[in-house]
Amino acid sequence: MIDKLSLIAVYPEIILLVMACVIALFDLGVKSRTRTATYLVTMLTLAIVAALQASYAASGQTLYAFGNMVVSDVMGNWLKCFATLSVMVTLVYGRQYAADRDMLRGGELFVLSLFSLLGMFVMISGNNFLVIYLGVELLTLSSYALVALRRDHTLSIEAAMKYFVLGALASGFLLYGMSMLYGATGSLDVQEAFKAIHAGQIKHQVLVFGLVFIVAGLAFKLGVVPFHMWIPDVYQGAPTAITIMIGGAPKLAAFAVVIRLLVEGLMPLATDWQPMLMLLAIGSLAIGNLAAIVQTNLKRMLAFSTISHMGFVLIGMMSGAVAGQPEAAASAYSSSMFYAISYVLTTLISFGVILLLSREGFEHEEISDFAGLNQRSPLYAGIMAVCLFSLAGIPPLIGFYAKLAVLQALVATGGTLQLVLAVFAVMMSLIGAFYYLRVVKVMYFDAPAGSAVLAAPLEVRAVLSLNGALLLILGLVPGGLMALCVNAVTQMLTT
Amino acid sequence: MGLLSLAIWTPIAFGVVLLALGRDDQAQAVRWIALVGALVGLLVTVPLYTQFDVATAAMQFVEKSPWIESFNINYHLGIDGISVWFILLTAFINLIVVIAGWEVITSRVNQYMGAFLILSGLMIGVFCALDGMLFYVFFEATLIPMYLIIGIWGGPNKIYAAFKFFLYTLLGSLLMLVALIYLYITSGGSFDLLTWHKLPLGQTAQTLLFFAFLAAFAVKVPMWPVHTWLPDVHVEAPTGGSAVLAAIMLKLGAYGFLRFSLPITPDAAHEWAGLMIGLSLAAVIYVGLVSLVQKDMKKLVAYSSVAHMGFVTLGFFLFNDLGVAGGIVQMISHGFVSAAMFLGIGVLYDRVHSREIAAYGGVVNTMPKFAAFAMLFSMANCGLPGTAGFVGEWMVILAALRVNFWVGMAAATALIFGAAYTLWMVKRVYLGPVTNDKVKNLKDINAREFFFLSLLAIAILYMGLYPFPLTEVMDVSVSELLKHVALTKLN
Repeated sequence: MIDKLSLIAVYPEIILLVMACVIALFDLGVKSRTRTATYLVTMLTLAIVAALQASYAASGQTLYAFGNMVVSDVMGNWLKCFATLSVMVTLVYGRQYAADRDMLRGGELFVLSLFSLLGMFVMISGNNFLVIYLGVELLTLSSYALVALRRDHTLSIEAAMKYFVLGALASGFLLYGMSMLYGATGSLDVQEAFKAIHAGQIKHQVLVFGLVFIVAGLAFKLGVVPFHMWIPDVYQGAPTAITIMIGGAPKLAAFAVVIRLLVEGLMPLATDWQPMLMLLAIGSLAIGNLAAIVQTNLKRMLAFSTISHMGFVLIGMMSGAVAGQPEAAASAYSSSMFYAISYVLTTLISFGVILLLSREGFEHEEISDFAGLNQRSPLYAGIMAVCLFSLAGIPPLIGFYAKLAVLQALVATGGTLQLVLAVFAVMMSLIGAFYYLRVVKVMYFDAPAGSAVLAAPLEVRAVLSLNGALLLILGLVPGGLMALCVNAVTQMLTT
Repeated sequence: MGLLSLAIWTPIAFGVVLLALGRDDQAQAVRWIALVGALVGLLVTVPLYTQFDVATAAMQFVEKSPWIESFNINYHLGIDGISVWFILLTAFINLIVVIAGWEVITSRVNQYMGAFLILSGLMIGVFCALDGMLFYVFFEATLIPMYLIIGIWGGPNKIYAAFKFFLYTLLGSLLMLVALIYLYITSGGSFDLLTWHKLPLGQTAQTLLFFAFLAAFAVKVPMWPVHTWLPDVHVEAPTGGSAVLAAIMLKLGAYGFLRFSLPITPDAAHEWAGLMIGLSLAAVIYVGLVSLVQKDMKKLVAYSSVAHMGFVTLGFFLFNDLGVAGGIVQMISHGFVSAAMFLGIGVLYDRVHSREIAAYGGVVNTMPKFAAFAMLFSMANCGLPGTAGFVGEWMVILAALRVNFWVGMAAATALIFGAAYTLWMVKRVYLGPVTNDKVKNLKDINAREFFFLSLLAIAILYMGLYPFPLTEVMDVSVSELLKHVALTKLN
């Protein structure tokens, strides 16, 4: 029996699903090379969905629907809103690029993007192990297809294969872990599982066994060491328009799943998963940053930097559960959320600039391709520099506050080990600063590599400038976004 | 908007306008806008001195409004007798640098001027910030414009220098960031500096915090043995960059000692004072000797900066009025003198394109006006009475003698080295017969150069002859600081 209230909770999802199907059909009639009509309809759909999510988030309600299968809460609504906006920005940046590379022969780019967004929505809203799993699969299956969209390009196909094989393995891990937990707790519902574990009747070993698989599966999806192998290859191999699609919004969904599974479901096992996350974070910070130093390909370098940034997100996650300090949890998880959002915002720029500078038949993705960009275009060089300094965590840019928030949560746990980890993390970001600075150096200090005119559609320039300005504005006044994250997480924890 | 906000944001606003102007085709307009920006930036700081109340140690011109509420971070500005002069100094040096770069910089003028204006606003922000995180944000943000200034307009090895500058200083400040977060948590969620000053802390915590701050400030000052970045960076930086670096940026570190290390961790500061005095003396004596053998003029002045900053840290860790006040006076006088020295070298470099001492000789014959300025600045650099360089060093040596004869004795020997390396350079560069054709064809300074050099000369002489306005404003604040530092914070 589906009641009306349940439907309200998933209206955006329904709109997205219906429109994805409609657009798939509608596109059959579109002839234009750049698929302008499909693009416009897609953007309109996304705009409506984003507005809807924002209004849900503003109403501050928490709705459980379909017998607790899905939940629509403030945190989820905001994450979905930001994910939608991020997909919109991705499409703005990537359309010309895709058209130039014969990826717009059909409307698949738009339809698959919508489906992957739907997958993210389901992940974010899922309140049931199976629903979450379905969301993960919908997202990743769409992503595999997106990576392979440039079907005559060997690197892309190779990346898609790699992504598919490793992704399938990770999904297997996740599913296996979920089935163990189901076996142990007798329920697929996240809250039921929580209660069952909390009651303390279940054998600890079985639970930890399942937990290990769940954490491993999530680590795959987040791309943290030692489950990071696919990230550099896929980021580099995928067409850049797709890299930004898989490197941006899905991180928000992955964050939400970590929250739903580990915090809402497996909190009683926190003492078990915290050390796991700590190890993953240490490995990611070390390997991500060290490996990024030697890269000559910017996309690959950013891929390794992603790994290290996900390490920071995990640091926030593992700082949450401190005995006797319930308020620490809110500040820790919200710091992770803030980190994930600010990371997505920066990633959109870094790959957006690569997209913008790539022309037909020329991939602008080696670091040396950026030589002397400041002389060719002070604006793009400036935006890219702001983005890189933000990734390096230099104030007054948003990346700094993200690191500050996470480190604050870490130090607030009060442990000596955590203090050492904090020092380790800042030392690693020093290494990070080196390779980001190297790109700034190439852009500002080296002689220009080429004199090709940098022409980009007005909408791309406008959105990119806005995106860059946001890094700076949110850097000067980060309070609002921080408060938003704290509110969202506090509500999630109290209901 | 308060006066301090104006002092910070006026140059930054002008800088942003300049950056937005785009390419080089309006270079002349850009220069004039920059000049207006620097001038307005200086004028708005003047009331800070004229309206300053010398009788109180409390913070003045305070502005406070919430900035990031979830972390209780406030936009909290205020100055006392310790910081007021640095704001005027920064704005003044900024004006000089804009004038000095007028004809010299021909490529990407708007970015050059914009970077300096923004940098100046940020540095003023460091001196006014009363919120730990606000301080850190300004402190770190200065790295970005300086990195670009060195990297874009620097010498042949500029890239190495730019990286060394950025990473070296970032290393130190990241440790300070952890310390700030630790203080935030220990103080129950406050980034307020004045709250931290009163916060009781255990011995271990104080020691750790002291060394975390030391990592940040020692690198910035720079103290021996972490000074090695400074000569490399000075040599490669453009003249204006060197001047700002030596005149202001080094002071950010020394200022940090006064605002953070001493008042927040007084017990650790006392415990480790011996170490700090030792390091300072090493800078004063050993680095002084190192300067003696330099072949490159900029490198020589860079090493002499390290030695002069050694006096500053020495003065701070003697824990008496004369020492701390002497350290602050030394910071300000060194701000003028080092800027003057670097700008003087810049004048020569613009003509001959060499910084080697051996490439010159007998400059006085072809550039008599300039040589007179250079002589004055060099005398100030070796601390001749009557010039700015003398006052601070004399105060610190006197303070050191009061504490321990041998420390004072050791510090006083530095005056001899200072005189030796500076005068020897003067002899080789300016005096004697003309050694080569390049020197023979030198043209004396033009009106613009004469103008900014005389501004500096006036400042240096005035400070040397009548230092009262300097010491007057800082007296109360310094004794209040020392009273505070003398109290233990252990529970």
